[in-house]
Amino acid sequence: MLPEQAKRELIAILGDADFKDDPQSLVTHSYDGTAMQQALPDAVVYPRDTAQVSAVMKVLNKHRIPLVTRGSGTNLCGGTVPVNGGVVMVMHRMNRILEIDLENLTAVVQPGLNTKQFSAHVESLGLFYPPDPSSMAVSTIGGNIAENSGGLRGLKYGTTKDYVIGLEAVLASGDIIRTGGKLMKDVAGYDLTKLLVGSEGTLAIITEATLKLIPPPKAKKTMLAMYADLYDAARTVSKIIENRIIPATLEFLDNPTIRVVDDFAKLGLPLDMEAILLIEQDGEPETVERDIARIEEICRGENAARISVAATPEEANKLLAARRSAFTALARLRPTTILEDATVPRSKIADMVLEINRIARKYGVNICTFGHAGDGNLHPTATTDARDLDEVHRVEEAFAEIFEAAIALGGTITGEHGVGIVKAPFLEWKVGAAGIEVMKGIKAAFDPHNLLNPGKMFAKQTRKRVVIHHG
Amino acid sequence: MANPQLAAKLKITLDEDQLTNCMRCGFCLPACPTFRETGIEAESPRGRIALMKAVADGLMDPDEAFEEQMYHCLGCRACEPACPADVKYGRLLEQARDAIEDHTRSHRLWVKGVRRLVFKELFPKQGRMRLAGKALRFYQKSGLQRVARTTGILKLLPKQLADMEKILPEASGQGVIERIGGRHPAKGERIATVGLFRGCLMDTLFAETNVHTVELLTEAGFEVVIPRTQNCCGALHAHSGELDDARELARRNVRAFKEAGVDYIVSNAGGCGALLAEYDHLLHDDPACREDAAWFAGRVKDVSDILFRLGRLPSFGDPAAPGGPVRITYQDSCHLRNVMRSSDAPRQLLRRVSGAEFVEMHEADRCCGSAGIYNLTQPEMADQILEHKMEHANATRAHYLLTSNPGCLLQMKLGVERYGDGGGMKVAHIADFLHERMKKGD
Repeated sequence: MLPEQAKRELIAILGDADFKDDPQSLVTHSYDGTAMQQALPDAVVYPRDTAQVSAVMKVLNKHRIPLVTRGSGTNLCGGTVPVNGGVVMVMHRMNRILEIDLENLTAVVQPGLNTKQFSAHVESLGLFYPPDPSSMAVSTIGGNIAENSGGLRGLKYGTTKDYVIGLEAVLASGDIIRTGGKLMKDVAGYDLTKLLVGSEGTLAIITEATLKLIPPPKAKKTMLAMYADLYDAARTVSKIIENRIIPATLEFLDNPTIRVVDDFAKLGLPLDMEAILLIEQDGEPETVERDIARIEEICRGENAARISVAATPEEANKLLAARRSAFTALARLRPTTILEDATVPRSKIADMVLEINRIARKYGVNICTFGHAGDGNLHPTATTDARDLDEVHRVEEAFAEIFEAAIALGGTITGEHGVGIVKAPFLEWKVGAAGIEVMKGIKAAFDPHNLLNPGKMFAKQTRKRVVIHHG
Repeated sequence: MANPQLAAKLKITLDEDQLTNCMRCGFCLPACPTFRETGIEAESPRGRIALMKAVADGLMDPDEAFEEQMYHCLGCRACEPACPADVKYGRLLEQARDAIEDHTRSHRLWVKGVRRLVFKELFPKQGRMRLAGKALRFYQKSGLQRVARTTGILKLLPKQLADMEKILPEASGQGVIERIGGRHPAKGERIATVGLFRGCLMDTLFAETNVHTVELLTEAGFEVVIPRTQNCCGALHAHSGELDDARELARRNVRAFKEAGVDYIVSNAGGCGALLAEYDHLLHDDPACREDAAWFAGRVKDVSDILFRLGRLPSFGDPAAPGGPVRITYQDSCHLRNVMRSSDAPRQLLRRVSGAEFVEMHEADRCCGSAGIYNLTQPEMADQILEHKMEHANATRAHYLLTSNPGCLLQMKLGVERYGDGGGMKVAHIADFLHERMKKGD
């Protein structure tokens, strides 16, 4: 429950309709896309402009009430679960495209704008906004910025951070800052724009973003390669890059995933294959043709058992079906699906997959792995049942060991999902004690009273490291 | 205000597995019409499931707002094809509503009246439907309608009912059997014997459409029988929390069609067809009927689907209109699309009509707001959805808007009446449209 006085002040700013603290609103803002995380807020607010956001924050700062900013709540790290209660601020009412600047090729948008709607609008103007997280039909640009979302096109085009060039944000004090601008170069001081991207709502509330747009590729071609040996597939990934070809998409499915996908979608995939690579190249038509032909050659050289190159967009769609249905097929296996995103240097993909399989066997849990091979960003996905506490515990142990293995291979605990609650106990493994202290210092500079998304990023206690015995 | 009886009933009724299967990914949000209209999480499938789970877990009391939220859902089930985890949202909704109907303390008075009339007195009883049809026909034909319209007495009705009065087609006391009999041989070699599910609304307000459906089927090579002992499908009951009534109606239908010895059961109303196709689930806990119900559910087909996939299609041709080819478009029936998963067959049939140009309507897969009796019980939301629907319909500049379900058909007529662009768009059932253009015996 909020203090009566704070509630009155918030209603005075927002009006009755945009402040809610009935049980229904609290329950429906107690979760996000993360399995097994739930906590009730004390109120939910729906601001309509930056001035309201700033005024609300001033009230919360005065009363020392925490705030969690939320888009569509699709994140996978518990990033928008209000673990310390307080107010959830839903950005859906601020969902307009404010400007598309065709001279500078930039867009200015509000944070509650739906990613896919934005992407489609930009494409209708003959331009391209590449970040394409799998949740883009649901997610918001603000959420993507807060989590620095990736997607299938990350390899060639980068992730959200590469397209955010300016921000307007409200600080914990309620003050409004503007960073960057329609500028392709800007070194005036620390790069606060990039600092806020991926800060998971812990530093400021993003209220407006200036995004970079690029011309769209003219042509696209898709192919699929299947391998009886995991290392052959992994070597193909390195070889393609080594040959100075950067495909638009380079996705990977392991054998357990192939089996599950085929059982679900009846695609007739060969079940004896250890790995499938899905490869897409885009660009000028001649370049695309040349690259795909060269990639095909490389695949053959690395012992691909079967290769299909799509001749038409319909055929391309068929090839994409295996990768697209991976998540759906896995989600239907068991009630609870835990999707992780351990990431390693791309030359280490095969080693990582073998480690994941070994760890899954060790803990007796079911883990399938697919993901963005070109980025070294894998999605080991555990299918389990939240009601089976013993199994869930084993899944947690297995993931702890997977994170450790990723770090040992020069990788990271999370490539694109963020830290939030679920990775917080592991953050120190990646950044070290001194790294944590620097981050805490930054947090304190922005948010001295720890009001913005408290309980995220920094764990009360770092998890004890797992020691991996090889051999 | 706590309602411990309702809380206890919900804990028993709600399928725990389905509640757990929802992983809260949110992929259903953009598919949900009420979420799109309001932008409020509680008005989304993910939100509603979270509310059900919170009640089942004892985290929340099922208060009046909870009851209202369960009825704010259209039940269009567009969330189901969008769900990666295959959560059976429709079942959870039925279970929640069933519990609410047993223990509710609310419901506005006139909603209660409408529900009682519709569920207990009218739809389960084909004779009464027929009588109501006759009464409506008398009202329309005797001059009473004219008197009522000119005196302004209709203004005393809630706006939604008054508007409905305007768009109701000419009712009939004579159903399809009374008009053409109950058995019709196939033209040419018989492909299969199909039983026509005539429907309650279809057979009183759209009996002519039923006749046309029979003629389309026989022309395409199907023998058609219309079992006399069939009754209402029970969809309105099942979707409104009257599951026991729905089961009784289902048992009688299963028996009627089993005895008729048909290969398929054909429906021309998406709303009915979808429930018929789920009789296996509805009667799953009834050992005496389970097997027959599974047989029945596996043989239900929509008329477009069976014509397109199994029939010998006659050619369909539009007499060249003076203003060039006639433009046609199609509004999906939610339950035909999302539950029976048939969206291609009606479009394929319409594309075959020579002299007609098929244009796809933007978001044709979205609910029109009719949703059973939703447009009567939730008029504000239904109207908001209809207004947006008509923006897309008007943008097609179609001469004909075709549908596959009587509820959608009436709602789209209401849409043209309220929000049409004055171009005189005609709304028709796909079977009527095709029948009118069918070239027999070639």
